[in-house]
Amino acid sequence: MFGRLTWNSVPWNQPIPLITSLVVLAAIVAVLVWITINKWWPYLWNEWITSTDHKRIGVMYIVLALVMLVRGFADALMMRAQQTIAVGASQGYLPPEHYDQIFSAHGTIMIFFMAMPFIIGLINFVVPLQLGVRDVAFPTMNNVSFWLTASGALLVNLSLFIGEFARTGWLAFPPLSEKQFSPGVGVDYYLVALQIAGVGTVLTAVNFVTTILKIRAPGMSYMRMPIFTWTALAASLLILAAFPVLTATYAELMLDRYLGFHFFTNDGGGNSMLYMNLIWVWGHPEVYILALPAFGIYSEIAATFSGKPLFGYRSMVFATLGICIISFMVWLHHFFTMGAGADVNAVFGIASMIIAVPTGVKIFNWMFTMYGGRVRFTTPMYYLIGFMITFVLGGLTGVLLAIPPVDFIVHNSLFLVAHFHNVIIGAVVFGVMAGYTYWFPKAFGFTLDERLGKIIFWCWFIGFYLAWFPEYALGFMGATRRLQHIADPSWQPYLDVAMVGAVVILAGIVLTVWQLIYSIRTRDRRLDLTGDPWDGRTLEWLTLSPPPHFNFAVLPDVHGEEAYWTRKQTALREERLIEEPRFEPIEMPVNTPTGVICAFFASLCGFAVIWYIWWLAILGLIGAFAVLVWYAWRDEHEHIIPAEEVARLERERRRIRSELLGDWKPVT
Amino acid sequence: MTGFSRHFRHALAAAALLATAGCDRGILNPVGPVGSAEKMILINSTAIMLAIIIPTILATIGIAWWFRAGNARAKYRPEFEYSGAVELVIWSIPALTVILLGGIAWIGSHDLDPAKPLKSSVPPVRVDVVSLDWKWLFIYPDQGIATVNQLVVPAGAPVSFRLTSGTVWNIFFVPQMGTMIYTMPRMATRLNLQADKPGVYEGESAHFSGDGFPGMRFAVHAVPAQQFAAWAAAAHSGPALDAASFEQLQKPSSYVKPFTYGSADPRLFDYILAGRTLPPVSPKTTPPAQHVSPQPPAGHNDVR
Repeated sequence: MFGRLTWNSVPWNQPIPLITSLVVLAAIVAVLVWITINKWWPYLWNEWITSTDHKRIGVMYIVLALVMLVRGFADALMMRAQQTIAVGASQGYLPPEHYDQIFSAHGTIMIFFMAMPFIIGLINFVVPLQLGVRDVAFPTMNNVSFWLTASGALLVNLSLFIGEFARTGWLAFPPLSEKQFSPGVGVDYYLVALQIAGVGTVLTAVNFVTTILKIRAPGMSYMRMPIFTWTALAASLLILAAFPVLTATYAELMLDRYLGFHFFTNDGGGNSMLYMNLIWVWGHPEVYILALPAFGIYSEIAATFSGKPLFGYRSMVFATLGICIISFMVWLHHFFTMGAGADVNAVFGIASMIIAVPTGVKIFNWMFTMYGGRVRFTTPMYYLIGFMITFVLGGLTGVLLAIPPVDFIVHNSLFLVAHFHNVIIGAVVFGVMAGYTYWFPKAFGFTLDERLGKIIFWCWFIGFYLAWFPEYALGFMGATRRLQHIADPSWQPYLDVAMVGAVVILAGIVLTVWQLIYSIRTRDRRLDLTGDPWDGRTLEWLTLSPPPHFNFAVLPDVHGEEAYWTRKQTALREERLIEEPRFEPIEMPVNTPTGVICAFFASLCGFAVIWYIWWLAILGLIGAFAVLVWYAWRDEHEHIIPAEEVARLERERRRIRSELLGDWKPVT
Repeated sequence: MTGFSRHFRHALAAAALLATAGCDRGILNPVGPVGSAEKMILINSTAIMLAIIIPTILATIGIAWWFRAGNARAKYRPEFEYSGAVELVIWSIPALTVILLGGIAWIGSHDLDPAKPLKSSVPPVRVDVVSLDWKWLFIYPDQGIATVNQLVVPAGAPVSFRLTSGTVWNIFFVPQMGTMIYTMPRMATRLNLQADKPGVYEGESAHFSGDGFPGMRFAVHAVPAQQFAAWAAAAHSGPALDAASFEQLQKPSSYVKPFTYGSADPRLFDYILAGRTLPPVSPKTTPPAQHVSPQPPAGHNDVR
C-alpha cells in the first residue's frame, strides 16, 4: 500500500533532523494559523497563488529563493562547524551519513532553489516592463512554471522529515548514485525533485524566449533592448539548450535505479564516464544561466547610478552572445584529471580561457561606464564595485583551473570550491542582492533602508573573503572537498577563520530579513511616489511603483537605445509630457488555479515515485494531466479593464509626473 | 640576550611556524619533477594575470571614487558611451593574456600528460593502484607483493602507475608529488610520478566516494633504492593476496591501518579491471613477471 514508506522512515532516533523538522513544522503551522486568523486566504489565493501577473509571479519566485537561501545557508553553517570541530582526534558532531546529506543538499538547494528562482524571479518581474509590454507570452504557463519549481523545492525539503536526502554530492555522480551503492531514497528524492523543477525551468525559458523575440513595444528593435533583457534572452536560450540534457541524464539514471537499466552502472556495459560528460554539458552552461542575468543587472546599475548610458552597448551584446555559445564548448574542463589525452585537455583548456575574453571586456565596459559619470554610491552600486573586485579574482582562479597542468594539482580541492563560491557569491549573489535592492521600490512602491543595505553588503563582502580565502590556501595544502573529518591539525586556524566568515555572512542574512521588516514598517519615510526613484533609464521606470496590473496604459513608442531616458529628457526640456493618448479597454489574462493544482498533483506523483507507491504515482500523474486538459477547455480567457479605469490610473501617473517637471530630483 | 627578546623570538618563530604549517605538505612544496613543473606553471600564470588584475581593481576603485557625484573637479561626460579606440584596447588586453596563457596551457598539457613516461636513466617501478571502499590497494606486479594504504617507492626513480577502482570513483592524489588522476571502475588510467628525495608524503582520495571517504588517506614512503629492494624482499613474509583475502579486503572499511601482502596474484589488477572475480589459484604457481616494461600494455578498457 505505502511502498517503501514505513513509520520508521521518519528519523525518530536522530535528534538533529528530528528537532529541525519539528521546529520547521511548528513555524509552518504558525504561519498558516496566522494567515487564517487574519483571513488572508482569499487575498493570497486571488492575488498571488493563482496570479498570472508576471510581476506577482516574479515576487513569488524571489520569496521562494530567499526562504531557500536560509535553508541552504543553515546547511553551510553546519558544514563549516563540523569542519572546524572534526579536526585530528575529534570526529565532530555530524556522522558521515548525515554530513554527506548536508553538503549534497546545500549544493542542490543553493543552485536549483536559491540562485535559479532568484534570477528567474528578477527576469519575470523586470523583462516585460523593460520591453514596454503588458505580460509574458504565456501567462498561465508562467504560473505553472513557478509552482512546479516550488514543488521541487518542497520535495527536497521533505526529505529532511521523511527518509533521507542524497549522500552523493550535488551532482550525484554514478556509480555512487546507482542502486548498488545508494540503495536508499535519498538519490530518488534528488532525481525526482529536480526533474519536476526542471520542467518548470524549461517552460520559463520557452516563455521568455517567445516573449523577447515576439512581444516588444513598438520601436523596440533588438539593438534597443536593455542589456538585462538581452542577458535574460541569452540565459533562456541556454536553458532551452542545456536543461533537456539534464532531464535526459537524470531520466537515464532513474531508468538504472528503477528498472535495472545499465546506462551508468559498473556492470552490464554501463559507463559512468558518460554521466560525467552529460551532466557537465548541462552544468557548465548552468553557470552562465546564472551569471549572464547577473551581468545584466550590473549593467543596468552601472548605467543608472553613473548617470550615463552603458559604455559599449554593442560590445556587451556580442560579449553576452559569445559567452552563450562558448559556454557549450568547455564542459570537459570539469574533469581534466580523467586521463583524456593532452590534445583534448589543451583544446578544452584554451576554450575555457577564451570565455575570459568577453567577460574581461564586460569588466572594462562597466569601468568605462563609470568613467565620466556622476557615480552615486547607493547599495546596488556597492554591490557592483564589490563584484568587480571580487569577480576578477575569481576569474584569475578560474583561468588557473582552466590550465590542465594546474588543474592536475588543485582539481576537487578546496581551491576549486573557493573558486566557484568566489564567482557564484561574487557575481550571482551580489548581483541578485543588487537587483533585489534596485527593483524593490518598483515592486512595492517604497525603497529598502539604505543604511541597512550597505551593512548587509559589507557582511557579504567581508564574510566572503574571510570564509573563502583561507579555503584557497587550504587547497594549496592539498585539502580536498567534502571531508567530514580533517586529519591534519595544522589546518585548524584556516578553518576557524572560514567559520568566522560564515558567521559574518549569517549576520548579513539576518539583517536582510530585518531590513525587509524594518523597511515595511517605516515605508512612509521612503515612499516612491514618482515610479522613478533612482533616475532610471529603462522603461520599467516609466510606469508607477508598483505598476498597475497592465503595466502601461498605452504601449510606449521607443526611440533610441534608452527608451525611457530619451523620453524623460524630452519632457524635462520641453517642460511638458507627451500628448495624452486615447485610452482603450485592456484585455488581461484571468487568474487560474491551474499551476498550483497541477503542482499539487506533480508533488503527489513525485513523492509516490520516490517511495514506490505506484497507485498514488498514477493518480498524481493523471491528476496533473487532467488539470491541464481542464484548463484547455476553459471558456474565459481574458478579463477586460475598462478604458475609464485605464484612463483614471494613467491620468494619476501623468499628474504626478507633471508636478515633477519643474524640479526633478532623484533620491540619492 | 634579555629574557624578553628571547621570548619574543620564540613567539615569532611559533607564529611563523603556524603561518606556514601545513604549507610544507602541500602542492607548493613539491618533491618531484611533475609537482615542481606544475607549481611553476601555477606561479607564472598567477603572476601574468595579477599584472592585469591588480591595475584593474585599482582602476575600478579609482574611477568610481574620482567620478563620485559630489566631485566638482571630475568632468561629467554623459555622451561618452562608445570609443572605437577604447573598445580595441579592452578586447585586446584579455585576448593577448589568453593567447599567452593558452600557449602555456598547450605546452603544459603535453609536457605534463599524466600518461607520458618520465625521462630518467633509472627504469620505472610499476605499481597498480586499486581504490576500494574505503582504502587503497597498491600491487607491485614486478615484486609480486601488495600493500594497503601505504605506498613505498624508491626515491629518484620514476613510478609508473596503472589505476582502476574496485568500487565507485576516487582520485589518487599525493599533493607533494603532483598530478592527481581518477580511478574508475572498469577503466584504467595511467600516471607517472617521481619523488626525488626520501621522505614520507601524505596521499589521499580527492573524489568523494561515500561515507568512509575521509579515511582514505595513505602514506607514501620514498626510500633510497637499496632500502626499497630490501623492503620488497622482506615483504614476502606477509600473508598472500589471493581470491579469499581480496574478498575480505573488498568489504567496506575505513581508516584502515597500512599493511603488506607477501604475495599478490599478478592477474588481480586485470581481473578487477574486467569486473571479474579472481579464480582461487595459488599465486605462487605464477612467478612474478621479470620483464620491466615502462608502458604496461593497454587493455581494451584503457581510457586512452
